[in-house]
Amino acid sequence: MSELSPKVDGIVEAEVDRSAGPWREAWKGFRKSKVAVVGMVIVFFFIVVALVGPFIAKEGINEQFMADRLLPPSSEYWLGTDDFGRDILSRIIHGARISLWVGFFSVIGSVVVGSVLGIIAGYYGRWVDTIISRIFDIMLAFPSILLAIAIVSVLGPSLRNALIAIAIINVPNFGRLIRSKVLSIKEDEYITAAKGVGMKDARILFSHILPNSMAPVIVQGTLAIATAILEAAALGFLGLGAAAPEPEWGKILADSKNYLQSAPWTMIFPGLAIMLTVLGFNLMGDGLRDAMDPRMKN
Amino acid sequence: MDNRQSVLQVKNLQTTFFTDSGEIPAVDHIDFHLKAGEVLGIVGESGCGKSVTSLSIMGLVPSPPGKIVGGEILFKDRDLLKMSEAQMRHVRGNDIAMIFQEPMTSLNPLFTIGNQLIEAVLIHEKKWSKKQAREKAIEMLKLVGLPRASDLMKDYPHQLSGGMRQRVMIAMALVCDPTVLIADEPTTALDVTIQAQILKLMKELNTRLNTAVLLITHDLGVVAETCERVIVMYSGQIIEEAPVKTIFENPEHPYTKGLIQSVPDIRYKKDRLYSIAGNVPRPGTIERGCRFAARCEFAFERCLQENPELYETSTAHQTRCFLYDKKGAEALDKALIES
Repeated sequence: MSELSPKVDGIVEAEVDRSAGPWREAWKGFRKSKVAVVGMVIVFFFIVVALVGPFIAKEGINEQFMADRLLPPSSEYWLGTDDFGRDILSRIIHGARISLWVGFFSVIGSVVVGSVLGIIAGYYGRWVDTIISRIFDIMLAFPSILLAIAIVSVLGPSLRNALIAIAIINVPNFGRLIRSKVLSIKEDEYITAAKGVGMKDARILFSHILPNSMAPVIVQGTLAIATAILEAAALGFLGLGAAAPEPEWGKILADSKNYLQSAPWTMIFPGLAIMLTVLGFNLMGDGLRDAMDPRMKN
Repeated sequence: MDNRQSVLQVKNLQTTFFTDSGEIPAVDHIDFHLKAGEVLGIVGESGCGKSVTSLSIMGLVPSPPGKIVGGEILFKDRDLLKMSEAQMRHVRGNDIAMIFQEPMTSLNPLFTIGNQLIEAVLIHEKKWSKKQAREKAIEMLKLVGLPRASDLMKDYPHQLSGGMRQRVMIAMALVCDPTVLIADEPTTALDVTIQAQILKLMKELNTRLNTAVLLITHDLGVVAETCERVIVMYSGQIIEEAPVKTIFENPEHPYTKGLIQSVPDIRYKKDRLYSIAGNVPRPGTIERGCRFAARCEFAFERCLQENPELYETSTAHQTRCFLYDKKGAEALDKALIES
């Protein structure tokens, strides 16, 4: 047997590429939807901008040229300048990094916390479930942006606190999603079968129930990144997010609101950046849902 | 006479479901034993408590609402019901393994067959390396008659047919060489030709590995093909127990007779198939008398008043029916003569 195994492994590896795992299937389904691919391209575009942009657009985001205040788009300033004579394009490029950072990490935070709470609530049920679910209900009873404002007010306005606030307000959404998924999965026969071979609870929870409840979370997570970016922008607009010179998109919008009539480009371009990113994530999320949710198939 | 030791003894087992609409004694004072290397069948209609019996043995009764309220389940003289959860986990898979009705849903759809088999091996053989576990898994797949075993290891459950998946389930159950294998309707979800293959495989493995099998089914054909002894359950109780030959040649309980008559027989031409009128009463709904009385064509006065016990009618043959209560009958005769 042992002298055979390297050879056997070789054959087997060749087979893997042909064999379709559930993730591969989902990718196939995703590729079929043109709109979803467009969404993905937009998202990738902004990710690339966020990653390499700051190296390209070096000419300072905070350098002020008072002589060039509120200039319309031109060959020198592609997207114009703002009231301090700063290049709007550079600021948007740097802002992409902030917005995506807030979007990703707040959602990762909510997913991790929400998953753990949701899984515990769903699997153990009874009073544990009651307590966790009621907390979720209470949190969902507040309008989310108001709750975020309240949390930021308590923690003090800063970009990091805005991120934490956004993460907190999204926890119940993911918690409930996972809980409902776990409730149905734990009745599945392969879970009973796993218990039947003597598996421990923790192992069943994290290596069998969790991966199987991830599909809707990925979909919801993608859509939530869009919402989180919007919420971050809203908090920034209200002065509760990034502090003054930081080029956060919502903040740029807020700072330019006085020039809406005299220099509309100061608002239009950062607004467009927000809209496009959110649109990209939403399209991608919808595509993922179609690809991963079995009910949407056929 | 059969002098194999019994490995599993169920004594006076009671499993009750506590629901909003009252207590349902799904398993009601059940006694039986399973000998080493034996194939024992439990037959009955849906809802008679056969699956709950198997889940009770595994300690997997969904709780709430289910609860084992009484009795003992002795595995090699150790009471499973008194074990801690950790001890019980060790028993599951290692000593007693189970295969389920739906091979389609009994494997985790997200992982490869190999992944799941290796995991099952490593749970009990903690010191083994992954490579050893892998070899064991491949060996098991070959044992259950799957071709291209090492290729299959990298396949996902949805790429396999129902019969293949049930073979994988059997491989997974037998991976740690259990003493007892509980098979809960292992062939119900498969088509007839595959059914025969799987039964043959189970019978073969039973002789080869000397694993005792508790086969739960509603299909008398399955019983006839594989079992040595049969228990017939009705509404949470055992109503007849006998060697398989006796059950088919000389069934005693009217319910067993009815069951056997309602199987189509290719040798006789019948216009209509026999059927037992009515449904299985929900356990707990009949407070007095024999549970089958309402559907029984032989029911008499006493059947409506008292619940019969299991009467031993011959060696290894027991029936829960007043028709076989010799003492009672004698008493009745006497009373009639005197009056």
